[in-house]
Amino acid sequence: MDALVNKRIKQVLKGDQHAYSDIVSLYQQKVYQVCFRMLNNQHEAEDIAQEAFIRAYTNLHTFDLERKFSTWLFRIATNLCIDRIRKKKPDYYLDAEVTGTDGLDLYSQISSNDRLPEEEVERMELQERIQYEISCLPDKYRMVIILKYIEELPLQEISDVLDMPLGTVKTRIHRGREALRKQLSNL
Amino acid sequence: MSTCPEHIVQYMHEYLDGDISREHEQELRAHMRNCKDCQKHMQELTSTIAFVKSAAVIEVPPNFVEQVMQRLPKRKMRSGVQRWLRRHPFLVAAAMFCIFMSASLFSGYKNDQEFSVTKQPNLQVEGQTVIVPEGKTVKGDIVVKNGDIVVKGAVDGNITVINGKYMASTANVTGQIEEVDEVFEWLWYKIKSNAKSAWSFIDKNE
Repeated sequence: MDALVNKRIKQVLKGDQHAYSDIVSLYQQKVYQVCFRMLNNQHEAEDIAQEAFIRAYTNLHTFDLERKFSTWLFRIATNLCIDRIRKKKPDYYLDAEVTGTDGLDLYSQISSNDRLPEEEVERMELQERIQYEISCLPDKYRMVIILKYIEELPLQEISDVLDMPLGTVKTRIHRGREALRKQLSNL
Repeated sequence: MSTCPEHIVQYMHEYLDGDISREHEQELRAHMRNCKDCQKHMQELTSTIAFVKSAAVIEVPPNFVEQVMQRLPKRKMRSGVQRWLRRHPFLVAAAMFCIFMSASLFSGYKNDQEFSVTKQPNLQVEGQTVIVPEGKTVKGDIVVKNGDIVVKGAVDGNITVINGKYMASTANVTGQIEEVDEVFEWLWYKIKSNAKSAWSFIDKNE
């Protein structure tokens, strides 16, 4: 598959734009999946996944053909997801005290409002529930859990995608697993 | 489980990652045999993993490929040109030099639309016509811009007429006679005269 992908990349670099559609159809599933699991919103996931392919296209001349294309593409997609999540969070005023609450700031509000009532969670369908539990994970654990258990990437590849030491990836996966375990055992 | 050593949970994760060492695995197994809490912990972790892994594949929205292809920047041409420019800085600099040089020459052409003539004794000027009267001799070169020249007497030198006519009856001109009409001829003349003056400047310095 890598040989085919490299062939298509060379065609695109020579100016054959149409050859890129093969690359998109080959990887659309994986890229969209990561974006959807990460952003938990269909429209945003579609937008970011498209953006990832466009960024990859415009920067294709910087891609090293000796490396794995999917790793490079995943790196673009995960960075875009993280940027989008950061932009959505109005973190600059999270510390501010909420008026009318005694010493409560937005942090405490978020953590208390984070999860839905138990009965509601229990009524969910399995797939809905999986997506919900993943979406409750902190961003940095969510990303590694998605790459490890949904995309089924080897640890070393996750480390390459996220540009992070292998040890950090492992620690995050351990903590992510523990966090998920607690979420599930609470119910 | 509060009495269990902390590293046991760490070993569980090493086990789940598939990179546990032989010694750690033996210790983990020995501990779990007698520890209900740790068995439960391990059980919860494995079912958590099974839970996440049972996530169904998410369907890509229809027409995803078409939409990406539509949003791609049109043609690679622009970036191709940019890359070429970046790779050939010297050629770009040379081209820029040529453009500015010719621009200054052309603008010079526009400014030179006024009538002018080299000042020489014995020259008569009537409107836009320069006359070398009969029986008189002009010593030196004559340049007429945007006017005509009529030579009835004698000229001891070159005559250049730019955007005008050279008229002579029984003229006696010792040097060259040159008529310049078109822009490009004028340009060529300008370059030649620049070169000449540069040359004479070098000569003088030596």
